[in-house]
Amino acid sequence: METRVLEIRKGILNKNDEIARHLRQRLHHAGLLTVNLVSSPGSGKTAFLQRTLRTLREQGTPTAALVGDLATDNDARRLAEAGVPVKQINTNGRCHLEAQMIEDHLAGWNLNQFEYLFIENVGNLVCPSSYDLGEDLRVVLLSVTEGEDKPLKYPNIFNSADIAVITKMDLAQPCEFNLEAACANIRAVRPGMQIFATSAKTGSGMEEWLSCLQQHKQADFVTI
Amino acid sequence: MIYLPWASTINQQQRKQTMHELSIAYSMVETVTQSALAAGATRVLSVRLRLGVLSGVVRGALEFGYEAATADTLLADSTLVVVELPVRIYCAVCDAEAELPSIQNFCCPHCNTPSGDVRQGRELEIESIEIDVPDAEDGKNGNPRT
Repeated sequence: METRVLEIRKGILNKNDEIARHLRQRLHHAGLLTVNLVSSPGSGKTAFLQRTLRTLREQGTPTAALVGDLATDNDARRLAEAGVPVKQINTNGRCHLEAQMIEDHLAGWNLNQFEYLFIENVGNLVCPSSYDLGEDLRVVLLSVTEGEDKPLKYPNIFNSADIAVITKMDLAQPCEFNLEAACANIRAVRPGMQIFATSAKTGSGMEEWLSCLQQHKQADFVTI
Repeated sequence: MIYLPWASTINQQQRKQTMHELSIAYSMVETVTQSALAAGATRVLSVRLRLGVLSGVVRGALEFGYEAATADTLLADSTLVVVELPVRIYCAVCDAEAELPSIQNFCCPHCNTPSGDVRQGRELEIESIEIDVPDAEDGKNGNPRT
């Protein structure tokens, strides 16, 4: 018997990364901009997405959404009210979405008909940061009720995101939310991050967010 | 009714983290087993893991999950050696890489310029494994080396 050391140098999530890479190519080929929404539970992802989907539909922009949850299909039913195709991904207790789950749930959809695909991740600020889902943009949400220092407590996920969205701005005053401090904390862990302060209830900030999406869409697909 | 939000939140967060690291540990077993079998190994003695502090994986939780995930595999009773890698950013002003003293503040430690250009710290990879490989003549009964 001989004992020896074998160099491996392999990423543990290689398999997920590989599936995500193929997925990204496929989605790009279909002309889709894919957005992965991450946040803690209860930060308003579903309400924010609902408003986003509804506005896009009213503008005549074909959009689809996948929504991940530990159990229940409540979120999918809420999102479907916006009048766009929605599928629920039930993770059966798993704390994050993986690229394979996205691929499986795209089956049966003609991707060429959509302009945008939104993925609502499982509410969790820890695990989803490690898993690439083939998205173009990772958007992290922070609600005013969570406090300004959340980005400092969960720097990993904020650092891994491309855009930050502050939600429930209609509650900012009663919560004594300090927007400036929140933005400073976000940018401390992710310098230069674009931030949108929004309210899905009043619609404030939604126009800026949607025009940002449009810019990304144009930029991404002009270069291809 | 008295509502104690922290009581349930802490529990839930801990459970989620453990689950996440457990699934990472299972992925490790899969990757290591593939490489070990390809090299003809009969047993894995230790696994050396490069873990960036931005990888999103908590070291303690992973070590906890490792034992459970490796049971009854080639990796059973193996040692997990974790090499923790701090974040290194590139500072355009200094034209140099620098190690971040804190991941709460992505600024160059020398000139204080903010930088999001991460050059190290997201690693989640197996660097090497230590394996037992039978000698060429092992298992070839009646055919000793001459």
